[in-house]
This record gives sequence, C-alpha cells and structure tokens, in this order.
Amino acid sequence: MTSGSLKTMTQIFGDFIEEFPPEHDSLELTFTPSSRPIKQRWRNNRLSAHFVADYLSSFLPVDEEDASSEQRIKQSKGAVSYIANELLENAIKFTDDNYIYKVKFGIHFLEDVEVIAVIFVTNCANSESVNKLQAFIKELLSCDDPNELYLQQVEKNAETDSETSGLGLLTIVNDYSAKIGWRFETIPDSLDTILVTTVAQLIV
Amino acid sequence: MGIQEIKGEDYSVKYDRELVTICFQGELSLSGPAEYAPIVELLDEVANPEPPTITLNLKKLEFVNSSGISMLSKFVITVRKKKTIQLLVLGSNDIPWQQKSLKNLEKLLPTLKLEWE
Repeated sequence: MTSGSLKTMTQIFGDFIEEFPPEHDSLELTFTPSSRPIKQRWRNNRLSAHFVADYLSSFLPVDEEDASSEQRIKQSKGAVSYIANELLENAIKFTDDNYIYKVKFGIHFLEDVEVIAVIFVTNCANSESVNKLQAFIKELLSCDDPNELYLQQVEKNAETDSETSGLGLLTIVNDYSAKIGWRFETIPDSLDTILVTTVAQLIV
Repeated sequence: MGIQEIKGEDYSVKYDRELVTICFQGELSLSGPAEYAPIVELLDEVANPEPPTITLNLKKLEFVNSSGISMLSKFVITVRKKKTIQLLVLGSNDIPWQQKSLKNLEKLLPTLKLEWE
C-alpha cells in the first residue's frame, strides 16, 4: 500500500456516533492546550464539565411538583459532570504537545424515546499513546465483565506508584453505564500524530 | 491540636486524631498521583499505627475524579492488607457520584462498612 499523505485513515471502535440529526441541540467548546502549562489550566476541566452539565438542565423536563424529577436531573447533571471531566482530563493529559491542535469538547443531545447526552472530546495524540489506548480499548471491548476488569485494574494500580490509565474510562462504563466509542483519524500532513475522538453516551 | 488539615483551592481534607476520622470536603479532581501524594501520605500516617477503626467521612465530598477514586481505592487496599483495621465510610445520599462509585470500595474490602445519610 502506498503511503499517500493525502489519504486519511479512519478507525472506529465501540459505540461511536458519526453524525447527528441536522437540528439537534449541542454545545461545543474549543481549548488551545499549548497556550499555558497544563497545571494552570487543570482546574478548567472540572469547571468546563460543570458548565456543560448545567447546560443539560435546559433539555430535561422539570416538574416542580415532582421530587423524583428533581432527583433525576440532579443525577444526570452529576453523571455528565463526572464523565465530561474524565474525558477532558484524558484529552488534556494525552494531547500531543508537539502538534498544535485545539482540543474540542462538547455535548450533543439526541431526543427519541429518551434524551441521550452525547459527550465528546477530540484531541491529537502521538502513535505511542494511540497504540496504548487501542490495546486498552480492545481489552475493554472483549471482556465479559467490565466490573471485573475495573477491579483488576484498581488492584494492579495499587501495586505501582504510577497510574494505570484506563481507570477513568472503566468508571464511565461501570459506574454510569455509559456507552463509549472512539474514532482515530490520521492527519494528512503529519507523520506521527493522530486525531482521537472519544464519545460517551448516556441516557439522562 | 488534634486536627491536621490539607487544603486546596476547592477542597479540604481534615484528620481528627481523637475520632480517627478523615473528613473530605469540596471538589477533588487533582491531576494524578503526584498531586494526590500529600493526601495519600496523610491517609497512610493514619493507617500505619493500625488503629482498630478508621472513619472516612465523605458526606461533603461533592465531586471527585477517577484519580481521586483510585486514591481512595488504594487506601482501602492498604487497610485490607493490614487486616486488623475496621474501615467505616460515611457517604451522602444527596451526592450523585457517591451513589454510583462508593459500592466498588465494598468490593475491594468486604468488611468495609458503608453508611449513608
């Protein structure tokens, strides 16, 4: 196969949504990670996640007379905050600083029988990070019990001082029953950088 | 005198020596093991002398990221390895992440007591 640099290669894993209905609601934010050291902007992840979760409230029917509807909104906001923060943290941590690319982050809403929040983040990553991530994805998608995998990773993590990556994604799947998907796209004029989009879907 | 505290921009961790209780408050989403190290150090200091009971009061811990959950999990495993400590975790029914994630701590340490308010 020739390596035409104009060719974009795309790989998709898990539950990925490529397209949204033309008139759906969404909110998108863009960050430029290279503009300040990562530590200074770390707090922004959580603040952005809360912002996106608050935006969710406009889409959920509120019945002021119904305590359970309030509970449901609280639970959903909590879930979106958590998941959005995890995805954004991963994107910021793994973004390839050698390549200037903005991190895109946001939420889309799909309305059918239920309201589904689709939280996504796009960042660029080098091939080493991508290989590690794809190995983890394959493990996650092929395991019988994500809870077992989660507990295994936690135990493994306890034995080392460094952090086993993947725990964030495992909590998203396990604790929030969210579906996750990934798209990897090669960037035409770059040798080692790949655009990674991670999508989490959650019924709210 | 009996209280040791670690304070961050949006959170605090207080250790009450008399009650052998560590109280977490606020929102904890630090960037990784290096940033969580002072809290881990505090937790280990509490566990090392092997007190009969340790209480983790999480009732005001409104938000935590997976690195924070991982830190708490590691502590639960540390306590499990000591074998003699009874760990009590106090959670809040009003805080969504707790209802989703605290039960995993019970799976790591079957003798752990999880109480909800």
